[in-house]
Amino acid sequence: MKSLTPPLLRCLCLNRSMDFIRPKRMLYFWIDKIRNVLLRLSWHLVHSIINLCYFTTGMVHALESHLISRGLLRKYKSLHISKIRYLAIVIESEDACRTSNVIELLQWLAALGIKHVSLYDNEGLLKKSKDIILEKFDGAVLFQDTHENNVLLDQPRMTLEFVSFYDGKEAVARAANVLLMKYIKSGGIGSNQGEQIFTESQMSEALKTVGSGGPEPDLLLIYGPARCHLGFPAWRMRYTEIQHMGPLTCMTYGSLIKAIYRFTTVRQNYGK
Amino acid sequence: MDGNRRYTKRWKLMQGAGHKVGYSALMSMLKYCYELGVRNVTIYAFSIDNFKRSPEEVQSLMDLMLDKIEELLREESIVNRYGIRVYFSGNLKLLNEPVRLAAERVMLATAKNSKAVLSICVAYTSTNEIVHAVQESCEEKWDEIALLNSSGGYEPDESDHLIKVTDIEKHMYMAFAPDPDIIIRTSGETRLSNFLLWQSANCYLYSPSVLWPEIGFRQFLWAILNFQRIQFYLDKKRKQS
Repeated sequence: MKSLTPPLLRCLCLNRSMDFIRPKRMLYFWIDKIRNVLLRLSWHLVHSIINLCYFTTGMVHALESHLISRGLLRKYKSLHISKIRYLAIVIESEDACRTSNVIELLQWLAALGIKHVSLYDNEGLLKKSKDIILEKFDGAVLFQDTHENNVLLDQPRMTLEFVSFYDGKEAVARAANVLLMKYIKSGGIGSNQGEQIFTESQMSEALKTVGSGGPEPDLLLIYGPARCHLGFPAWRMRYTEIQHMGPLTCMTYGSLIKAIYRFTTVRQNYGK
Repeated sequence: MDGNRRYTKRWKLMQGAGHKVGYSALMSMLKYCYELGVRNVTIYAFSIDNFKRSPEEVQSLMDLMLDKIEELLREESIVNRYGIRVYFSGNLKLLNEPVRLAAERVMLATAKNSKAVLSICVAYTSTNEIVHAVQESCEEKWDEIALLNSSGGYEPDESDHLIKVTDIEKHMYMAFAPDPDIIIRTSGETRLSNFLLWQSANCYLYSPSVLWPEIGFRQFLWAILNFQRIQFYLDKKRKQS
């Protein structure tokens, strides 16, 4: 009996403390739950306020864009369009099937005097529709890799290039295999000695060989929900100015002019 | 981290002062990142293109870098406080010996840290990174082919001996880190200037107009809130690619 008492007592004490701990634990549990709910509500509130701010600035930009399109804002009347030699347009793949929007955009660019446009969408839907686009937009010729870049600018009509993911990372892999063949033929000179075997210009040549050697755009306009280049060929984007234009369905002539004007005011040091 | 020299000009400071203030801004930003639970942070400290600057400016930047790299080795430094593993990404052979040796010491000293990662891009450009990765891939394939040749198993037509995108990616300087979610470039500049071009396919690009030495928590918070608005879209794009 005596030996049983301490465990019994301990059991009794534990029970008593359990009776005290359980409500306390429940209380902390509910405090935690309420705190999480309040945090979540605050997060949603903050984002609602941000969405409202963006809606308001969107209205202001739409008005400004309308005034620019009408030619009422003096600042945007004269554009130094010659500063843009190569322009790239990134389109969200879900919008890439809207060929009428794409053609309207190309018509605006042609009217402004842009000589070379690269149209990119990640999945290559624009590439698939290229015949339809070239047929309906008769102001352009298809870009051939064999063109030298300075020849592109002398063309009377716009040169149009269709780019997709195939011309990005996959093209670098194909170009790497071209260099690999050269490397094998040379007997693997410089192998594992830490020497530089390939140069950037050799890489550029290899990319041209595999059909993905287009020029580096001066300006890249993104028509999509986010400021994200969606995999535009990395090799061609070193010093490209990137601007987000919003969804393709909301494109306006005025916002295009504003983006080009902004580009013409930029000064680059190229690292110096 | 753009805008250090413009900051010096704007506030009429001595040459190099902008970079020193920029370093303090960097430390604050790193603290915000690690406190908020951001595990991987990459900074563009020195581009290969920056070697084109005047020799005096390059030397003063190298001296500042050496000084700050050695500070990282101290007991009370940020790397020890947050358990940060430090990597130096880039063509380190282009750096002078003291800086390169200091960088190697820091990488060795922090190799066991595992709570967070700091990648410092020095003597780095994306195009150099891609060429380097292609070169390493070629050397790897050459070794594979040489081995197969010696055992008589090499078939020139087999596609296994061709370089794939995954082969190139595993030889990138930044292969140890996941692709970034947000890239912040200050001073209102909208270009990437040869930084993480390969890794930024599904990344939110944020360009606040503030100069780097003046950046604060406000801009950092705004970047995160903007990222959260499009996170669902970017995650969808990432899964598709």
